[in-house]
Amino acid sequence: MSRQILTTDSKLPPQPDILGGHTLSMLVNNQPGVLMRICQIFARRAYNLDSVVVSRGRDPRFSRLTLGISGDPAGLDQIIKQCAKLVDVIHCYEHDELDSVTKELTLIKILCAPAERGEILQILEHFNAKTVDLTDTSVIAMVHGDSDKVDAAVRLLSKFDIVETVRTGKVVMARGEAAT
Amino acid sequence: MSEPNMDGAQALIKTLDSLGIEYIFGYSGGAALPIFDALETVDSNIKFVLSRHEQGACHMADGYARATGKPAVVLVTSGPGAGNTITGIMTAQMDSVPMIIITGQQVTWMLGKDAFQEADIFGITMPVVKHNMLVRETNALPKAAREAYHIATTGRPGPVLIDVPKDISQSPFTGDLEPEIDLPGYTPEVAFDLDPGALDAAAELISHSSRPVILAGHGAMIARAEPELMEFATTLGCPVTNTLLGKGVFPETHELALGMLGMHGTAYANKAMCECDLIINVGSRFDDRIIGQADKFGAEAKIVHIDIDPSEMNKMIRPDVEVIGDAKAALTALNKKVAPLDTAGWRATLDGYKKKFPLGYRKQGGLRMQQVLDELYNLTGGRAVVTTDVGQHQMWAAQFYRTDAPYNWLSSGGAGTMGFGFPAAIGAQFGRPDDIVVAVVGDGGYQMTLCELATAALHRLPVKVLVLNNHYLGMVRQWQELFFDNRESGVDLDGNPDFVKLAEAYGVKGFNIKRPADVGRVLQKALDYNEGPCVINAECVKTENVFPMIPAGAALEDMLIEPPKHKMAKPVGST
Repeated sequence: MSRQILTTDSKLPPQPDILGGHTLSMLVNNQPGVLMRICQIFARRAYNLDSVVVSRGRDPRFSRLTLGISGDPAGLDQIIKQCAKLVDVIHCYEHDELDSVTKELTLIKILCAPAERGEILQILEHFNAKTVDLTDTSVIAMVHGDSDKVDAAVRLLSKFDIVETVRTGKVVMARGEAAT
Repeated sequence: MSEPNMDGAQALIKTLDSLGIEYIFGYSGGAALPIFDALETVDSNIKFVLSRHEQGACHMADGYARATGKPAVVLVTSGPGAGNTITGIMTAQMDSVPMIIITGQQVTWMLGKDAFQEADIFGITMPVVKHNMLVRETNALPKAAREAYHIATTGRPGPVLIDVPKDISQSPFTGDLEPEIDLPGYTPEVAFDLDPGALDAAAELISHSSRPVILAGHGAMIARAEPELMEFATTLGCPVTNTLLGKGVFPETHELALGMLGMHGTAYANKAMCECDLIINVGSRFDDRIIGQADKFGAEAKIVHIDIDPSEMNKMIRPDVEVIGDAKAALTALNKKVAPLDTAGWRATLDGYKKKFPLGYRKQGGLRMQQVLDELYNLTGGRAVVTTDVGQHQMWAAQFYRTDAPYNWLSSGGAGTMGFGFPAAIGAQFGRPDDIVVAVVGDGGYQMTLCELATAALHRLPVKVLVLNNHYLGMVRQWQELFFDNRESGVDLDGNPDFVKLAEAYGVKGFNIKRPADVGRVLQKALDYNEGPCVINAECVKTENVFPMIPAGAALEDMLIEPPKHKMAKPVGST
């Protein structure tokens, strides 16, 4: 099949989660430049941001920021304190899978002939996922849930011609009555 | 409420006036025109001082703040004017000095379009400020100024920058001049809410110590904890060492004082750190200049760390007890929990070290910087406000000009900014007009900001500029001698001007000291000269080295008390 889409997507199956459970959630002032201040703290200390999710809060004065991070766990405590110290950061908490629910959503574009669709739809049904775009030559699948589940779906779909995947990155919420 | 026909700039100046700002140091320019105009049209108590370079304006505001404890404002224009403040802002940030910097900016609709003298100073300064803001609404100017003042002066102080586009400052102001500040993410008041468990744990460790040392830093001074620190030390019978910026928080002439510790600290202070069983750090951030090799620092000792900034805990050194909060509040609480310790043996040991390893210098073979500083100390009775630049002269000044009172020692510690000393002295003299202010500078750093001679001369400030002149960047040369086989590279200041003639060109009095025998007489003349600034050029031995010395990154026990007899390996730590 001739490829129409330029892509940087990898043929490799998804790698196991390298984040080691480091997910930070921050409540921040909803103002220009706040993300920049936070990113500077990570970049200066050679931490890579694997995912960044920012969204305006119900109270529009604030935004919610969820960061997935990789880097030396020994320095993370210091980074959390540095972030919390910023005037624009209301609070900064680290969460793991035990104290929080963590979800993400992925869109997967697969080039496929109509004859291949049946198996793709079967896989998607198993993962409780669906198609959100369908053409004669392509499908966009939407998978959401735990990161492991999304990884498994991508792995199973890898035998088809995946040309793009776009993941939202993790969003996290503390379990029970605890603050996120 | 707003007055009719007021513009944003006028509202800004009125706000600064109502906040009690006494001085604005700055340099004018296009984008700041409305604000400079407001200085003329608004009836206020604010005095404006025109520097000759924006870096100088920042160091003046810095020196004023360090000498008085009150913040000053820096006012400059956009682009290069704002860019020239970076070193000054960084210097204040590294040493926790309150400062409010107001920068003019291009008009809002031109931002991001490479307009004339446009620089993204909001983005550029982000890593070197406590906080910064770009004001996009005229009516928000008073709130921005009030928030900046609050952030700069509370908690761990620091510089706050307000970027003000020209259309924002010159548009009509119709808002509230006294708005409530709204900073939900900034809660400095928690510094006074101490953890009783941590205080009990600290008191418990203290009660079991027989060889304690108090490490007093700038944080103790900012908290004005001198009386509590004195009570604490004398109750316990505990020796006190201080950091470079902590000079004056505990009198260095007190019998319990060990003077400054660290890379060029006293041998007895460093030996005390190596042999103690408890380090009580009050408001120091365990800077790399004082701990040397981190994993060997205090390895045998328990450590109590009192700091207002939670992010200083475990940053360099893992303490046994963390007391997060204001140093004055913490010591007040601890003073109620501690009892005298039996430290007689420990103090006798340290007194032995004081006798065995005193600070000293050779009095033969030419004029030494140490002698000039020693005589300056004696002639001023140790009561002058001393500012310094950075380098050998700074370390010798720290060693030989003992400081007994807070706010009398002004030196760029964290940033190590050459060019700081002279403008900082100008700011200090504005803030403390009745005190003797001496800028102790080297011939290198002095030349970085000496254009401020015009500022000092214009205001007839009786600042004394003591240029300890060895025609070298002496500290770098010392490192090249010790660690780089004496290969001199980029350190020879051949081509220095005649500093006395240069002073005279500015209408400033100049003195020369050429021989050891002249020091006292010439210094006394300079101290007696109060019609305006004066410059004292002291021609010193070119290749003297500062000792004691702990090579960067080495353990405190590897301190060199005198010049090494063998070739030294390159240090593992930086600078």
